[in-house]
Amino acid sequence: MTQQIKIDPVTRIEGHAKITIQLDENGDVARARFHVVEFRGFEKFCEGRTLSEMPGITARTCGICPVSHILASAKAGDAILAVRIPPAAEKLRRIMNLGQIIQSHALSFFHLSAPDFLLGWDTPAASRNVFGMIASMPELARNGIRLRQFGQTIIELLGGRRIHPAWAVPGGVRAPLTPAGRDQIKVAIPQMLEIIQSTIELFRQVLKKHQREVQIFGNFPSLFMGLVGPDGQWEHYDGMLRFTDSSGNVIADQIDPANYREVIGEAVEPDSYLKSPYYKPFGYPDGMYRVGPLARLNVCERIGTPLADRELERFRAHGKGGAVTSSFLYHYARLIEILAAIEKIAEVIDDPDLLGDRLRADAGINKLEGVGVSEAPRGTLFHHYQVDENGLVKKVNLIIATGQNNLAMNRTITQIARHYIRGGSIPEPMLNRVEAGIRAFDPCLSCSVHALGRMPLKVVLMDAAGRVLDEVPRL
Amino acid sequence: MSFLDMDEWLVELQQRADVVYGPFVDTKEYPQDVDLVLIEGAVCNSDHVELLHTLRSRTKVVVAFGDCAVTGNVPAMRNALGGAAPVLQRAYIELADTNPQIPRAEGVVPPLLERVVPVHAVIPVEHFLPGCPPDAGKIKAFLTMLLEGQPVQLSPQEIKFG
Ligand code: SF4
Repeated sequence: MTQQIKIDPVTRIEGHAKITIQLDENGDVARARFHVVEFRGFEKFCEGRTLSEMPGITARTCGICPVSHILASAKAGDAILAVRIPPAAEKLRRIMNLGQIIQSHALSFFHLSAPDFLLGWDTPAASRNVFGMIASMPELARNGIRLRQFGQTIIELLGGRRIHPAWAVPGGVRAPLTPAGRDQIKVAIPQMLEIIQSTIELFRQVLKKHQREVQIFGNFPSLFMGLVGPDGQWEHYDGMLRFTDSSGNVIADQIDPANYREVIGEAVEPDSYLKSPYYKPFGYPDGMYRVGPLARLNVCERIGTPLADRELERFRAHGKGGAVTSSFLYHYARLIEILAAIEKIAEVIDDPDLLGDRLRADAGINKLEGVGVSEAPRGTLFHHYQVDENGLVKKVNLIIATGQNNLAMNRTITQIARHYIRGGSIPEPMLNRVEAGIRAFDPCLSCSVHALGRMPLKVVLMDAAGRVLDEVPRL
Repeated sequence: MSFLDMDEWLVELQQRADVVYGPFVDTKEYPQDVDLVLIEGAVCNSDHVELLHTLRSRTKVVVAFGDCAVTGNVPAMRNALGGAAPVLQRAYIELADTNPQIPRAEGVVPPLLERVVPVHAVIPVEHFLPGCPPDAGKIKAFLTMLLEGQPVQLSPQEIKFG
């Protein structure tokens, strides 16, 4: 008889999700599915709102990366006003996005994922979390907290608050950095560089002991997509889309994100509120692609800062001449991007433009449609709006980063489940490994809901007819 | 997640309270005899309603945490459209290139409620902490009052939305 295992809720991720694992007659894994169970409906209820409200409203899709939504939304607004924003505004937006990458990646690594591989997979569930890390590795936990605090402070100094700052607006930004704010960021940089370099060093040790995870945690060929600069360099705020394959070949390049519909299609599956975007020329589901830190490091030629570029070389060795294909290495890529972000902030922090006051281009509605794109910590984020002559929103489409990894996340958990689950017995730490496959992608599902006190992930074992055989309450 | 913005105060919290359930903890089943729960987010689907009843019966003090929990906030914007169908239609039928359909796998994807409601519309709540999100300083002050068994008193500044 076939069975289904359900993991519900999936824990240590941002948002609410379940996993089901379908077993065949022999009790082996047929397939595993990731289900997102929340949905909000921004695409519809934003209709009729004014363009200038959109950054503030859509920021509420997410408590972790509101800055990404604010930026993508403001950029869609820039396109509709048909303005080039003042250079100072662009520099400031970039710094905020870098602060955002630092805080979000630090959260994913230290607060959510590290308990698995630093405390150990078989640590009892009750202490396998950030509070367990605080208790047994206080220095490391504090480092993670400080790194995240640094990123959040940058956002706060610019936007006036840490979460949902109503700061970037169509045409530019509302306020510059103050000299005191700049100094506060500047003095912290050396310590932050030290923390991230020692963390990378530590993670390289982790990798030596986790060769099996590297092999089986979502290690498969796929396409990768991300923004790149004009020379193919790493980009987080602007730029053009590039797709590469797992041998490292560029298969589509310098695509204007405004034309995303030519390359990205969206599919719906009955068992998840998360849609599955795919690379259109390859069709569905063959057009599976990955986005986020792993993809960005795979598609770019180089990062453009010395320490991060040196680390990128080491990272690429895992690809043996092609792309780095193991999803477990998302963690490594995330740390390298933190390093890059700190270096990039250090490069511009003394630029006098940051304190300037030409920050906003004023214009009316000059186009009735606009696409704004930015690299959110989890991957490329698209906001696409149509408006009427008065700037009231008529139609909205959002392609969120996490959705674009949907196909790859399903593939990842199927691969892990096949490895660890045999003959129908399911020890808790094995299920945790399946969840860890999801955590590697750092999905942010509050794009459909927000829930602090209630967003865990759950595993259910079902039979071939879909009957639930075993639910594993995980304590 | 603004909970984590309490930064190094988290270390102190770890010494004074056990965090037993929630997004940072691997417990899958809501435990018995919980002292305090902070509920963030509006009530949007049938799973939420079920969880609220469970946690109410197992918890002493329930806090509606953040504007969504207190008022419905942004998720409740869809109420004005009169039901769940229009939002689902737009996202999964009109904006889909492949397999347009409304996700409804039974036992897996919970159906949306017709109306999004705040937490206290479903279960009684002891305290409300507004803010979108409540900032870290406010959460810290609030938790400190509770941990020390003092009556919860928020200043007018702290009762602000947004
Ligand atoms: S941060 Fe705001 S939008 Fe997000 S759950 Fe809290 S109150 Fe709701």
